[in-house]
Amino acid sequence: MHLHKYEKIWLIFGIGSLALFLVVLGFGAFWKGTHPQSHGATIDPENIEAHDAFQSENLGLTKVDEDKYIVNIAASAFNYDMGVDEDGNPVKKITIPKGSTVLFQITTKDVVHGFNVSGTNVNMMVEPGYISRMETVMKKPGEYTVVCNEYCGVGHHLMYATVEVTE
Amino acid sequence: MAIKKTMSIVHITPKQFPITKKEARLYMAFISVAFISLFIGGLMGLLQTLVRSGTITLPWGIDYYQVLTVHGVILALVLTTFFIIGFQFALMGKTVGISMKQRKAAWISFWVMLIGTMMTATMILLGKASVLYTFYAPLQAHPLFYIGLALVIVGSWVAGIVNFRQVYVWKRANPDEKSPLLAFMVTINMIMWIIASLGVAVAVLVQFIPWSLGYAETINVLVSRTLFWYFGHPLVYFWLLPAYMAWYAIIPKIIGGKIFSDSLARLSFILFLFFSIPVGFHHQLTEPGIDPVWKFIQVVLTFMVVIPSLMTAFSLFATFEITGRKKGFGGLFGWFRHLPWKDIRFLAPMLGMLAFIPGGAGGIINASHQMNAVVHNTMWVTGHFHLTVATTVMLTFFGVSYWLIPHLTGRKLTPTMNKLGIIQSIIWIVGMAIMSGSMHIQGLLGGPRRSSYSEYGGTEQAADWLGYQIAQAIGGTILFIGILLMVYIVIKLAFFAPTGKEAFPIAEEEADAKPTPKFMENWKLWIGITVLLILFAYTVPFIDIIQHSPPGSPPFDWPIGNQ
Repeated sequence: MHLHKYEKIWLIFGIGSLALFLVVLGFGAFWKGTHPQSHGATIDPENIEAHDAFQSENLGLTKVDEDKYIVNIAASAFNYDMGVDEDGNPVKKITIPKGSTVLFQITTKDVVHGFNVSGTNVNMMVEPGYISRMETVMKKPGEYTVVCNEYCGVGHHLMYATVEVTE
Repeated sequence: MAIKKTMSIVHITPKQFPITKKEARLYMAFISVAFISLFIGGLMGLLQTLVRSGTITLPWGIDYYQVLTVHGVILALVLTTFFIIGFQFALMGKTVGISMKQRKAAWISFWVMLIGTMMTATMILLGKASVLYTFYAPLQAHPLFYIGLALVIVGSWVAGIVNFRQVYVWKRANPDEKSPLLAFMVTINMIMWIIASLGVAVAVLVQFIPWSLGYAETINVLVSRTLFWYFGHPLVYFWLLPAYMAWYAIIPKIIGGKIFSDSLARLSFILFLFFSIPVGFHHQLTEPGIDPVWKFIQVVLTFMVVIPSLMTAFSLFATFEITGRKKGFGGLFGWFRHLPWKDIRFLAPMLGMLAFIPGGAGGIINASHQMNAVVHNTMWVTGHFHLTVATTVMLTFFGVSYWLIPHLTGRKLTPTMNKLGIIQSIIWIVGMAIMSGSMHIQGLLGGPRRSSYSEYGGTEQAADWLGYQIAQAIGGTILFIGILLMVYIVIKLAFFAPTGKEAFPIAEEEADAKPTPKFMENWKLWIGITVLLILFAYTVPFIDIIQHSPPGSPPFDWPIGNQ
């Protein structure tokens, strides 16, 4: 089979750039640990309370150390359950100081949901039977909209929360 | 010199088969369903953009997600599959011929697919299947929704088997010749389609139907998603390859040139067959239950399609340049300026090709392992496939329709229709630039896809998104005008254009082209490598998924609006 000289140059350049690109991705993933969330932690979707993190008193924001927080969330159509405040009202907004490390842990009681802290890399599928988990450092102050970005039913667009990062 | 003479004898124009009236009726049946789907699906798209921009609310209790399900199913599954199968039958009928028996079997495939479509559509319209076209478990639609989808797939398999039979019969009659390029390409596409759709067929037949009928209490969600995406990515190549057929083997004829290289065209199709299927994990990168190492391996396999894509880009532009220079248009870009821009049969697919440059670049971002988290399930993705399938593929299909429909109905593409076609293409590009562009930006700002109008509690971010949603409604409205114009053109060409003979353009090789190696048609080898690649990419992670399965999920039908 004949390859035109220019086509050879074109393909060598193209395949070379591709190889370089894949090395960059691989370096990030395996050496820098930037894999997308995948840890395969399972849970019984009909009994998520069996897991400590999703018992009602542990939902929402917990400070575990100086500048270290955990946010536990139980998703269901069409709500993110982040526990209740002192007055017994459901929490819809969590506030975290700038520069803290936050571990988001979320699971679903029913159908597939999404969990995206818009404007950040915290973007996970939430599937029945699995715990989705991602740790991040909230560097920029501001108000972030948390949206369910996987279709979960007629009230999908009403499933949201807010994360506020304060100075 | 003597050798050269025998070579030129080998390259005599391959025999072509005239299309009879009965065959034309078959091809037109498929194409008609496609354009009816375009109208219905496009109307749904318009309604979505209007709802999401806060302009209207839907009357009579119609739900946004019901409209969205119609839009996805009828455009991504029905329009594409019907047009592709009709177009491919026409290519096969023209290049290798179709027997009476094969034609009858082809009609069976048409009716099975149509009945399946009707069943699925009825359930969606009754509001019993607002699960979107990806029908992710454990949202549960009515059993007839899944049965209808299964029938569409089974019908398409019948079409594929007829195509294989057509090539086989031709090959038996012409044992020493290579199969015609277009027939080769159709065969590759249907092999890929059948291997890929086995995945979704297993999911639907083994998982969804028994579970929706109540015979199985629970469903393994991750297995169903993995089977879906095993099919879902090759699905996009099933849309794209027919466009490539037109680019490689039809456009050169329209611009008065020759095929750049028969062997390279075949090789790129073989590479697409290899690297379309073992790559589904790149749609599942943000899922919690799949091993990241296997995600990465499938990401690497995904990027192998860059190679045939580069080959395609080179071949097409080489054809353009060689043809232009032969006609005497010199200079650095003279050949480009003098392409037949005013011939709609060229302009529409060419605009589609150009849209594939940003479309493909966006695809590279989507599949980039880590970077996927920035755009996953945001409007960016919606913007991406409106560039690829709704611009590149659709404009090419429109470009084919301008000559194929009059060819089949015994009419002519008139200068007026040609002019309307040019206007249509410009409307499409302008509408899509506005709509898809604003989708991309909104996605980068975190705006979610597949969502009805919402203020998300009045955050500033959500207010920013709304501006882009209004832009999408403007683009969507322009596109709907484009759809109305296209439907008008199709009706004109099918029923009212003056009678005559419209050419069926099929490009030939250069007289002195190098012969295509025989191994190109070693089907056992190509299918064998494809299967090995699939087994390599899926066996270990699939066993891992099953061994570490959580308890299954019962059906949920109330979230989609069932009382």
